[in-house]
Amino acid sequence: MTVTKGESAREGADDKGDMTGGAGQSGDGYVPSQRRLARERYRRARARRATAIAALSTLVTAAVLYLVVVNAPGWPRTKETFFSAHYAREAFPKVLEGLWLNVRLLLICGAAVLVLGMLIAVARTLRGPVFFPLRVLAAAYTDFFRGLPLIINLMIVVLGVPALRLQGVTVDPVLLGGTALTLTYSAYVAEVFRAGIESVHPSQRAAARSLGLTNRQALRHVVLPQAVRRQVPPLLNDLVSLQKDTGLVSIGGAVDAVRAADIIVGRSLNYTPYIVAGLVFVALTIPMTRFTDWVTARTDRRRAQGGSL
Amino acid sequence: MHPAPRALRRALAAVTVALLATAVGCAPQPEEKTTAAPSGSAAKSCTKGKLATKTSGRLTIATDEPAYEPWFKDDKPANGKGFESAVAYAVARQLGYGKGAVVWQSVPFNKAFAPGVKSFDFDINQVSISAERRKAVDFSSGYYDVRQAVIALKGSKAAEATSVADLKKLKLGAQVGTTSLDYITDVVKPARQAAVYAKNDQAKSALKNGQVDAVVTDLPTAFYITAAEVTNAKIVGQFENRGGTAEQFGLVLDKGSGLTPCVTAAVDALRKDGTLAAIEKQWLSDAVDAPVLK
Repeated sequence: MTVTKGESAREGADDKGDMTGGAGQSGDGYVPSQRRLARERYRRARARRATAIAALSTLVTAAVLYLVVVNAPGWPRTKETFFSAHYAREAFPKVLEGLWLNVRLLLICGAAVLVLGMLIAVARTLRGPVFFPLRVLAAAYTDFFRGLPLIINLMIVVLGVPALRLQGVTVDPVLLGGTALTLTYSAYVAEVFRAGIESVHPSQRAAARSLGLTNRQALRHVVLPQAVRRQVPPLLNDLVSLQKDTGLVSIGGAVDAVRAADIIVGRSLNYTPYIVAGLVFVALTIPMTRFTDWVTARTDRRRAQGGSL
Repeated sequence: MHPAPRALRRALAAVTVALLATAVGCAPQPEEKTTAAPSGSAAKSCTKGKLATKTSGRLTIATDEPAYEPWFKDDKPANGKGFESAVAYAVARQLGYGKGAVVWQSVPFNKAFAPGVKSFDFDINQVSISAERRKAVDFSSGYYDVRQAVIALKGSKAAEATSVADLKKLKLGAQVGTTSLDYITDVVKPARQAAVYAKNDQAKSALKNGQVDAVVTDLPTAFYITAAEVTNAKIVGQFENRGGTAEQFGLVLDKGSGLTPCVTAAVDALRKDGTLAAIEKQWLSDAVDAPVLK
């Protein structure tokens, strides 16, 4: 369909008028043509049809899935083992209690990971021969901790470090576990930051330098702000991943949400507590995603305003 | 709004159909065998060597890996050494399956009671019988009366404890899903939350590292740990039975398994003729005395 520029612009304006309370009362004496009204009617009909089809198809899919699951020969037992209201009630308060540990770990480790990751990324992107050892160290750090399976890292830090019997080093499994999480995740996040820094076009840095900014000032005021803004979605991804992995601290004996569920499962041989714990984690993730979406949208709006000088 | 390209819509529709088809196709398969088994093999007769086992003519027995001493020896359940290995072979013989007809299988503790088709005839893994667990699986009658014991490093404050009250102030640890943990939470009720480990191995290293003051395990395991694994630890004492009834280990069978009555009858017969006592004496003779914590 080809639409001339003038026509589409007028339609846009009228659509707005329609939404706020019917056409023709905009006061400029405009009366929509028969043809236009017919077109709008047709469009509305198509939209209704599409909604109806979508609803019907969703209903059919849901019904088929429901029937397949419910009619499975093992369903009564699966229902009893995974969706028992009794065990869900029993598990919920204990899982929530454990979740508090996950949340605290997420907040503290999350902050530490962002700072450490940023430092490592900056170290890796520094220029100049003086910084060669720093670049090598940063690269070695990311290579090692990104490759080392988190569970092994945790075992070494939580069970191995106390075995050294160093004076003044904590044996608290939660602190040690948090340290291990920070080590691994800062390696991931450093790579995200590095990709962000390198994604800023070199002309930006060149422009900043030509304005008389030092290398450090260019990084601080020109490159990093642009880089960080681009990194928000992947950073959130790592944060959600970190949130789930905080549960691995239970290797050291700490009782988090998942281990709290484990305890009830072990006693009752009923899996419902796992479902409860899983849903609690999902419920924690969704607001986090929405919040980041909101932050991103807001910064984008601001940038758009600033851009249209 | 731009209408989605036709190709994309077709692809989506195809994916939906394919998903539904897979769901319909694979859902009804599991458990068909199990639902058939109880009704089909309701026969009470436990004909020797002719039970409706997973593989006909063979008895498939499961346990976790690694298999710990003194319950198994050298992590080889099939060698007939160690308490539970010996019990498993005695039960098999009682059911009419010779040593050659027994097949061992490695099944993690947490998987042994998952709903769905079981790959084993019974599981032997120091599982304590409880009314709550009976809702999920079948148990044979108990083959061992177990007591829970406390281990602490020699010379530590925890090693001096002589009563349950002395344990209250300590940081205690146990493996998840064990009655040892239940004893901590229900009997000791410590002031500080117990440390809960996925495996006893982690509890042992936490004890060595001083991350916990004491660890609770069953008594035979406690003897093995103090004798061979953490030699600078000692058994502080054992708990009294809760409510006067002995805690017992049972063989785990699928819920509604047709074999349950036969396996139970076999265990009862072995207890009656003294076989179980003899096996216990041979493999768990250490585990006789440890001071009782009141």
